[in-house]
Amino acid sequence: MTSTDLIRMSAAELGAAIGSGETSSVEATEAYLDRIADVDGDVHAFLHVDRETALEQARAVDARRAAGEETGPLAGVPIAHKDVFTTTDMPTTAASKILEGWRPPYDATVTSRLRDAGLVILGKTNMDEFAMGSSTENSAYGVSRNPWDLSRVPGGSSGGSSAAVAAFEAPLATGTDTGGSIRQPAAVCGLVGAKPTYGGSSRYGMIAFASSLDTPGPLARTVLDAALLHEAVSGHDPKDSTSIDAPVPPVVEAARRADVEGLRIGVVKEFGGEGYQAGVLQRFQEAVELLESLGAKVVEVSCPAFDAALDAFYLIAPSECSSNLARFDAMRYGLRVGDDGTRSAEEVMALTRAEGFGPEVKRRIMLGTYALSSGYYDAYYGSAQQVRTLIKRDFDAAFDNVDVLVSPTAPTTAFPIGERVGDPMAMYRADLCTVPANLAGNAALSVPCGLAPEDGLPVGLQVMAPALADDRTYRVGAALEAALGNKDNGALLNKNAFAV
Amino acid sequence: MAYDDAMRRYEPVLGLETHVELGTASKMFCSCATEFGAAPNTQVCPVCLALPGSLPVVNGTAVESAIRLGLALNCSIASWCRFARKNYFYPDMPKNYQISQHDEPLCTDGYLDVVVDTPEGPREFRVEIERVHMEEDTGKTSHVGGATGRIHGADYSIVDYNRAGIPLLEIVTRPIEHTGDLAPQVARAYVAELRDLVRSLGISDVRMEEGSLRCDVNVSLMPRGADEWGTRSETKNVNSLRSVERAVRSEIERQAGVLDAGGRVAQETRHFQENIGRSISGRSKEEAQDYRYFPDPDLVPVAPSAEWVEELRAGLPELPAAKRSRVKREWELSDEELRDLVNADAIDLVAATVDAGASPTDARKWWLNELSRRATESETELSALPITPAQVARVIALVTEGTLTNKLARQVVDGVLNGEGDPDTVVEARGLTVVSDDSALGAAVDQAIADNPDIAEKIRGGKVAAAGALVGAVMKATRGQADAGRARELILERLGAQ
Repeated sequence: MTSTDLIRMSAAELGAAIGSGETSSVEATEAYLDRIADVDGDVHAFLHVDRETALEQARAVDARRAAGEETGPLAGVPIAHKDVFTTTDMPTTAASKILEGWRPPYDATVTSRLRDAGLVILGKTNMDEFAMGSSTENSAYGVSRNPWDLSRVPGGSSGGSSAAVAAFEAPLATGTDTGGSIRQPAAVCGLVGAKPTYGGSSRYGMIAFASSLDTPGPLARTVLDAALLHEAVSGHDPKDSTSIDAPVPPVVEAARRADVEGLRIGVVKEFGGEGYQAGVLQRFQEAVELLESLGAKVVEVSCPAFDAALDAFYLIAPSECSSNLARFDAMRYGLRVGDDGTRSAEEVMALTRAEGFGPEVKRRIMLGTYALSSGYYDAYYGSAQQVRTLIKRDFDAAFDNVDVLVSPTAPTTAFPIGERVGDPMAMYRADLCTVPANLAGNAALSVPCGLAPEDGLPVGLQVMAPALADDRTYRVGAALEAALGNKDNGALLNKNAFAV
Repeated sequence: MAYDDAMRRYEPVLGLETHVELGTASKMFCSCATEFGAAPNTQVCPVCLALPGSLPVVNGTAVESAIRLGLALNCSIASWCRFARKNYFYPDMPKNYQISQHDEPLCTDGYLDVVVDTPEGPREFRVEIERVHMEEDTGKTSHVGGATGRIHGADYSIVDYNRAGIPLLEIVTRPIEHTGDLAPQVARAYVAELRDLVRSLGISDVRMEEGSLRCDVNVSLMPRGADEWGTRSETKNVNSLRSVERAVRSEIERQAGVLDAGGRVAQETRHFQENIGRSISGRSKEEAQDYRYFPDPDLVPVAPSAEWVEELRAGLPELPAAKRSRVKREWELSDEELRDLVNADAIDLVAATVDAGASPTDARKWWLNELSRRATESETELSALPITPAQVARVIALVTEGTLTNKLARQVVDGVLNGEGDPDTVVEARGLTVVSDDSALGAAVDQAIADNPDIAEKIRGGKVAAAGALVGAVMKATRGQADAGRARELILERLGAQ
């Protein structure tokens, strides 16, 4: 098999080929490492690639298989790992200067599960600093570029992961989704991305942005690949108190089933109209009609509290982050500035944080500090929590009548690098449709639904399901994928500039 | 201002916040060990060092301990409550927030009755408990260089995170009013009673000198007859029972002086200095930090079931107050005798000694006299002496059966405290049994008579009381091992004075 054959395969196919001995993990890993060496200068998906460590893992999987050991469906398959997860064998920075060069002494639960499943970690992917952003422009280490158009962003915060998978630098990637950080980059890069139910995948070892919202999940080229990775990293973890002690929903089975016959689909009325790109709405509308033609029952559903979701999100997430990021104080790890023997610990902390955090991180720390302050708490954090309750109620009411809700994943296709840097509110709007699922803790998934006619860039359709009904999102995603002819490793992706 | 003058003009209001370090095997939110005195930064992990990505998980035993203390303090136990983050930056706090409880404490609305001695006899005060909540301890900073050991003037500071994350319970009283001039004693009695209560529950070793029980004392004064409370100060660092009393007394004197001079008491944090017996001003509370409390999103609510709480209530041991009434009755003690036992913190030791076979009277006598004296000499607590109640009971038994005199028994205790082994081992090794057989004693008696012919003559002449001098000589010659009664008999016998 040629390198091109290997990197064109879906993760499921590659895993099967490795499993049957048609190819080896070392071959696949080398193919991807070569690919990264060829294209990542343009794409800049990775912050760190470690050829030797990756090949060592690949050799270990091949040895296990050669010894006749039973290996899983993804054993030997390479993966790009978001730099927000701790890894003992690679640096972990969350794309922040404050953690430059930090080597964690422990693996995140997600990292351990990747290793347990035999996945080969190629390297760590770029992201918005501490997962705060929708474009990777907030990375301290430079922007990642969208393989569909290098002048555009790959989405964010998991933009390094989406760029890597879309540019065929990895068949799979991990991401984290706090307000849309898996789904939006998946949508604008033409990929499948899932935000599991909150508590369905462990946060242990994932550097926190907003604890009540953060959710690790998969990015992939196909729905089945996403499901396989979802299954590999999810499940109860006693190290995360908010982890749910319940079986992982049958996402792989649902991805294989791929039918929507009789499924009740609600179209969220609030997400559409002004502020949405025409081509996005057009492709979304066509996709809904396609699902209906496949036997789904489509109705319009109103969720009025969703209009306030973004406001609530931008109070709750900064509040939590202002506290979560307090630990970066130069005392025990990471950057230390100004410790020349003349300054107090407090001064060193302040200087370090001033230099180590980027402008968006500082903006959110200040917003959150303000929102939690005595005298303002009730008006800001308190009322945001009330909105959160209302959003949950809207979801509950909706799911009394429908099985899933759908909307566009993002209001626009990938926007040009630099366009929204000076306008935080415009940047925040990229999360408009994705934040409700985070606030309610529900399952959600983004699946490609074509290219917008006006710019030829990918559009994503978002499927939202109740907590622990993640499998429904995969059913809808897989049905749509098949109907659009994208099932065989993203026919859509072959149209991108980095297609192989 | 002198205390008596202060009390003539002002009425104090007290408040106590006590931190108890729980004796759980692992920390509050991770599985690190909690052993006291380990080498710095050896009992740490990603969680208690707040490494990026790490998450807390609640220690169930700590929750159980908190509920048991709440029940022992007659509190209501919340059926649902949450942890909150208390946000402030300090190098010894790894996360730069402390996981604590804010407006949803686990235990609320209890009380603890304490007894204070007055010239008119024991007087009982009910101290109302506002709340008991769970939180984690911080690390420990040491300031190196500089004269004071404080941060100002230090060359550098070092932090030991072994203590970071140790489970703490904070017990907060409601304002304690109407104590009058007994305020210092009430404060002390409360802390002592709380300490005994915690110890009886077995949830902490409550060693104040190791910091496993720490006290903050709030004091305010109002003019006698007024009904509006004054401004309070908060004195931290009060780490012995004696200091609790002294801190209250000195703060009353200080505030009375300020008020009398027409001044205003500042709302501030003060630090108690053991060496000078009073507090010095710390940071002003008027520019108080905003801790930006909010529910910790990393943790799920604590929701103890009613069945579990009742199970824990049923499993509570005999509490100190009940124990005191029981031993007073069983050992037939007067108020004063009970008070002495309580003041010496000896009830449990005496009870254990009685359980090991000694009579209550002997057990009390040994612990309150001889052993209390040793504890004072070696500046340790009675319970910290290296002798067990069983060993004390054995010494008492040896005296009762006549193997030892009281004087020899004290030497045996010396040996035990010295680490020479059990009482019987010490008796054996030091050769300390009483010499009462006539042949051995006879020689010493004869020698004493020969050495003191004048005295012998007096005894022969009927002055029996003079025999004491010869007994003394015999005792000296036998290095105290003689049976003094038998020696006296022999002396009188030989001198025909019987």
